[in-house]
Amino acid sequence: MSQRGRLLLFLPSAAVLLFLLIDGLQRLTGFGHYPGPYGFVLNGVGVNQRHATNLVTAVNFDYRAFDTLGEEFILFTATTAIVLILRHMRGERERPSGDELRRENASEALRGMALAFVAALIVLGGYVVTHGALTPGGGFQGGVVLGCAAFLVFLAGEVVAMKRVAPEKLLEFADAAGAAGFALLGIGGLVFAGVFFQNFLDLGKPGSLNSAGTMPLVSISIGIEVAGAFLLVWTEFLDQAVLVRSGGGGSE
Amino acid sequence: MNEVFQAIAMVSMGIVGTAVVLARDPLRQALILGVYGMTMIVTFFALQAPDVALSAIVVTSVGLPPMVLLALRKLREYRREHEE
Amino acid sequence: MTFLPYAVAAWLFVVGLYGIVTSRHLVHLAVCLTVVQSSTYLILLSTGYVRHGSAPIYADIPPVATAVDPVVQALTLTDIVVESTITALLLALAVQAMKRFGSVDPTFLRQLRG
Repeated sequence: MSQRGRLLLFLPSAAVLLFLLIDGLQRLTGFGHYPGPYGFVLNGVGVNQRHATNLVTAVNFDYRAFDTLGEEFILFTATTAIVLILRHMRGERERPSGDELRRENASEALRGMALAFVAALIVLGGYVVTHGALTPGGGFQGGVVLGCAAFLVFLAGEVVAMKRVAPEKLLEFADAAGAAGFALLGIGGLVFAGVFFQNFLDLGKPGSLNSAGTMPLVSISIGIEVAGAFLLVWTEFLDQAVLVRSGGGGSE
Repeated sequence: MNEVFQAIAMVSMGIVGTAVVLARDPLRQALILGVYGMTMIVTFFALQAPDVALSAIVVTSVGLPPMVLLALRKLREYRREHEE
Repeated sequence: MTFLPYAVAAWLFVVGLYGIVTSRHLVHLAVCLTVVQSSTYLILLSTGYVRHGSAPIYADIPPVATAVDPVVQALTLTDIVVESTITALLLALAVQAMKRFGSVDPTFLRQLRG
């Protein structure tokens, strides 16, 4: 079917879809008039029950931790799939590391600033991860910040510098350890308190760093996993774009 | 006052989203995607969701653009290598 | 104002679908899918909004203040991070399609065999 034929078929069905969407969405209660009791119940009891002040993290890592387990394993599986897809095909070889990999076109300002921010980003990432139960933050956000800190080493210099800071074996180990740590904390709830993902550690005082039971530990393990996964994906794309060159036979 | 801010944020999200789709060159589209991420973040702040806004900041500024740009570079290098 | 967020979300959904259907480049297709995903985030967050409510962070407001729904925010938060990895998977497939078929045009890819 030609391009124009596809467009002629799509436009009327898009109009019908738009009409059905708007008709369905306007049967919801209006914007701002939230009806359901679940949100109000959680807001009322969340701080007293779990001693956590950030209720979004409490919902993610405690009340609905089972859903977060599923999402985290989606992340793990997608990363494994990317590593599998970008494997070396027959006829490709890796360019030996040498002076041609130094980015001569990069400006000095970029490299200086990138180098200056690596340490600051590690501290910021650690802060966001450990204060997940207290202020806006948590494992997912802080994990990406930690991954970016290692990626800045590449921006400040060469590809081989980043590979020395974050070798692939370490990244794969971090990815798997984070995912396994989260599942083990759930099993810990089963072993020590009888219910899968029950909060089994001492709850502490709300507002202090050592509060909310297992939530800081879950946050740290998810932070390690997300940092490992993102760095692994970036390393794979960097390998493809900079290092891998196809040989004389080309693709098959 | 908050209502006006929310309305402006959502309408700008719609406009920039249309611009993302209508930009056919992938490199130009990556730049407009950065602006679209900005409007998305402002909308999330207007809807009283700081956690979600933080997640959107890290993903649209440092999670997604390196992957898009590195994929585009790989495609360009491959095409140049196989045309000579 | 009571219907504006849903109207913008429905419009973004249909515009993103239009971009996917008429795309000539696989990377352009992956970015249009990001637009479609972000329309669902807007719908989720708009259903949980409470008028004159504040963010559900009780670090400095009294525990009896009105706040918006935290459950939909928790869903959207993990959603954003996970779906960026799915977009990375689509980009990896585009790179392998270039290596195997020599083209990233979806209309051209259908005609080649083997």
